[in-house]
Amino acid sequence: MDKLNLDQHISRQFNRELEDVRNRVLAMGGLVENQIAGAIRSLIESDASVAQAVIDGDGQVNAMEKEIDEECNLILARRQPAASDLRLVIVILKTITDLERMGDEAERIARLASRLAEGDQPAHRYRELGRLGGYVQSMLRDALDGFARLSPKVAVDLARADETVDAEYEVIMRQNITYMMEDPRNVRRTLDMSFVARSLERIGDHAKNIGEYIIYLVEGKDLRHAPVEEMEREIGGGGKESESP
Amino acid sequence: MTEQKQGKEPVTHAMDPKYFASQEGGRRLKLSDEESCINIRDLKLWYGEDQALKGIDLMIPSRRVTAFIGPSGCGKSTLLRCMNRMNDLIDTCRIEGKIEIDGEDIYAPKVDVPELRRRVGMVFQKPNPFPKSIYENVAYGLRLQGVRDRRKLDAVVERSLKRAALWDEVKDRLHENAFGLSGGQQQRLVIARAVAIEPEVLLLDEPASALDPISTAKIEELIYELKNDYTIVIVTHNMQQAARVSDYTAYLYMGELIEYNDTVSVFTNPRKKATEDYITGRYG
Repeated sequence: MDKLNLDQHISRQFNRELEDVRNRVLAMGGLVENQIAGAIRSLIESDASVAQAVIDGDGQVNAMEKEIDEECNLILARRQPAASDLRLVIVILKTITDLERMGDEAERIARLASRLAEGDQPAHRYRELGRLGGYVQSMLRDALDGFARLSPKVAVDLARADETVDAEYEVIMRQNITYMMEDPRNVRRTLDMSFVARSLERIGDHAKNIGEYIIYLVEGKDLRHAPVEEMEREIGGGGKESESP
Repeated sequence: MTEQKQGKEPVTHAMDPKYFASQEGGRRLKLSDEESCINIRDLKLWYGEDQALKGIDLMIPSRRVTAFIGPSGCGKSTLLRCMNRMNDLIDTCRIEGKIEIDGEDIYAPKVDVPELRRRVGMVFQKPNPFPKSIYENVAYGLRLQGVRDRRKLDAVVERSLKRAALWDEVKDRLHENAFGLSGGQQQRLVIARAVAIEPEVLLLDEPASALDPISTAKIEELIYELKNDYTIVIVTHNMQQAARVSDYTAYLYMGELIEYNDTVSVFTNPRKKATEDYITGRYG
């Protein structure tokens, strides 16, 4: 069904186990996407009830991480996977850690949003944060898409997007400093806004990590911390020689 | 200055990843860095009409563990047996190509085959101790060579049993019959017998496949120890065992060498799809 041929083991039970755990990662990713979207909405719309729903929802993300973790442990213990199967399990274990942390960031944003909702909406209506949020949401979407399609190319896109996010974060921080200098009564709110920006920026980092895991999964190459140019060079050449003996 | 120098060296040893990388375990080995022990060139072998090996080219590195894996009938045991000319014992067997051990063609007419088999010891799947005492089993090869000196025999028996990690278990009953030992102990006894005559190469044909997990772990530990002194070639059906004990892995299929690389590469990211399918249990 795909490049990893997860459905071609002699043991069909093993096929099912791998397929199942992979689907669960995508489900967990979907849940985290919702959490982040909710957190951003609660901020922009100053909606404390949405924020509360996000805060309550984090438990489910945590529970999914534990479940998938256990499933991976069972696969390792029972099947002793090798090669691409091993890489899949390793990558899933790493991916869910990043997803869970993204969930934590979403929860943090929701808590800040619910506090910010107690005050008046500022004139800028969190426009910049909304934009940053949009960036990182699409990064996560691309990461999950790349994981589902086993497309290492998304790693390059994500690394580039992360550079944009980092630049955007810098702009927001500078702006926040200006707000605080303009009027000390803004300090509390602007600090909270800075924490939100920080959390969004972290979500972008986690999405970028997932991109790097996909390279490892598909190509068997560890390109973490590699410059984007190197990633571009290295990916795409990792197909197996499949000449039949 | 001196102080700095003194302080610096242990740090490079302890922290430098390159230093770690050159150690066993964490190291990524490379065939091209290895000293060759056995060179196999275009080896073809027939049993009657059936061609079992179809032109194998393989360099087996010195003092490393090389594993042969592959499905039943792929030729891995046949290839192993070529290295000490065990296939000579099969009438219908015909060989072309070359095997050199330390640069010497082992199929050359002048080769002393019993001497070759002394240099290239072999251990089989089923432990095959002789119906003699533990002591006599280990001393057997030396006695064949005409060694009579009791002190020398005692010393070799003790050293060999220690090397095979069996000494502590049998030192108080050296003169009891070897069949009284457990399967795992018998297999280690056979290894002790093989190392007693100071071979250069040890060929292990599924040495642990008839053993329980504890005995298997002991044999694997032993292999790890023995590679300091010997070049080891092991045939195994147990993929995890190949991954655990070997430095290099060769995957054979239908008499051909499909892939040969350092074990880490073969088990984490093989080059050929056929290898990947085999080690991950897929039908290719």
